[in-house]
Amino acid sequence: MNIFDIIGPVMVGPSSSHTAGAVRIGKVARELLGEEIMNAEILLFGSFLATGKGHGTDKAIVAGLLGFDPDDRRIPESLDIAKARGMQCRFGSIDLGDAHPNSAKLHITSVTGKKLDITAASVGGGRINVTEIDGVEAHFSAECPTLIVRNDDKPGLVANVTALLQKNLINIATMQLYRSGRGDHAVMVIECDEQVPGETAEELKGLDGINEVIYYRG
Amino acid sequence: MYRSMEEIRKAMEKTGMPFWQVVREEDCKETGLSAESSFDRMTEMLKAMKASDAEYDAELKSASGLVGTDGAALRRAKENGTLMSGPFIGTVMEKAMRIAESNACMKRIVAAPTAGSCGVLPAVILSLQEKFIIPDEEMVKALYVAAGVGGVIAERASLSGAAGGCQAEIGAASSMAAAAMVFLRGGDAKQMDSAAAIAMKGLLGLVCDPVAGLVEVPCVKRNVIGAVNAVTSADMALSGIESRIPADEVFDAMRSVGRCMHEELRETGKGGLAVTPTGLKIKEELK
Repeated sequence: MNIFDIIGPVMVGPSSSHTAGAVRIGKVARELLGEEIMNAEILLFGSFLATGKGHGTDKAIVAGLLGFDPDDRRIPESLDIAKARGMQCRFGSIDLGDAHPNSAKLHITSVTGKKLDITAASVGGGRINVTEIDGVEAHFSAECPTLIVRNDDKPGLVANVTALLQKNLINIATMQLYRSGRGDHAVMVIECDEQVPGETAEELKGLDGINEVIYYRG
Repeated sequence: MYRSMEEIRKAMEKTGMPFWQVVREEDCKETGLSAESSFDRMTEMLKAMKASDAEYDAELKSASGLVGTDGAALRRAKENGTLMSGPFIGTVMEKAMRIAESNACMKRIVAAPTAGSCGVLPAVILSLQEKFIIPDEEMVKALYVAAGVGGVIAERASLSGAAGGCQAEIGAASSMAAAAMVFLRGGDAKQMDSAAAIAMKGLLGLVCDPVAGLVEVPCVKRNVIGAVNAVTSADMALSGIESRIPADEVFDAMRSVGRCMHEELRETGKGGLAVTPTGLKIKEELK
């Protein structure tokens, strides 16, 4: 926390968690997909579902999917703007069990047919926590450059990935490892202090045993 | 961020720098921001606060229809000379109402410290600037003073209604605003401490009980209460009245009161005004 968390952020109201954080969830989803969105199914949970309409949570998430920031004056008109751009949005509810009460699950499809499923929570003060990507657990705030690496669960892959980052002088801030089962699919979520250049991300993709690399610029 | 008002005063003594500058230096040390970029950024916050007041739409209602247009009602009363509290408090009330209503109507505001309490601080400092013709540079310094106080509250207690009830939002905003006013009127660090303490003491125990879970009822009008409370607290401090309990201890008390508060009274919309017959009826109608 710094003084601009106390005086700030500049944002469209009414709620930092239900509006500003919701915009960020949409925006992070868009950036992770990396392409213009054609179709979005937005499922709300908990307090997002109970009070989302009055807080403009629906408009906020769509605004984020359109690439708007939390202080964008167009947020209240986002549903109309999405329609004009040909983005189809459907809203619904979902039971996410013991997830954070301000959570949403998004299924989005790009104009080229690329798909992404993402679950994220708005955890207060406009901050978010991405908890799941394409069915795999993850925990990141999307406040710094983040690599999401999908790989086979076998020895040496973490060392190979971190060695490549070291070679490119990229410092790792936090790192988390998840897997669906022993020897099955695994995911590394790596938050970095520096931006990861496109070539480095490409090089990562080329490593043996790495299946996919998603990069969020932060 | 400083953990106490006392630490801020010690840093002032040690460095010879004023309150606002001590707060800025500490933050720059933590974030790596230069003093100039920090000041520029805070200047942007002031500009955004002014815009949030200026861009008020007198005809706009919130999506629920519960709030909106009351800022205009206060302006009419002020212009008609019917307000008992006089033109200065009238302006403070009007600005707090306008900005808090704008927030509820999805307009752009500066969270200070939260979106729900965004009307308090700008209402008092912008009203002061209109009355006494204060240069913007001093206004920006006042925002650092407010941030310093808010930082101490965040460290010792909380700035979230879900954690500490409304005392942690409107109470904190009022406390920050009172100290900022004392600064703008030339008061010293001890008077800032007293103003911040008196303002928080007046709102200690305030629960967070939003009707239908929305940042509207009673939040918008509580912004007006918080702003006026800041003015009277600053005036007391500037008259030489001291808070018998120092601000740091008041903030500690706020924390412990918040911890005693039942979850129903901490932003869940399950207690207080939210469950009055009218509150429940409103919730039902909005479904």
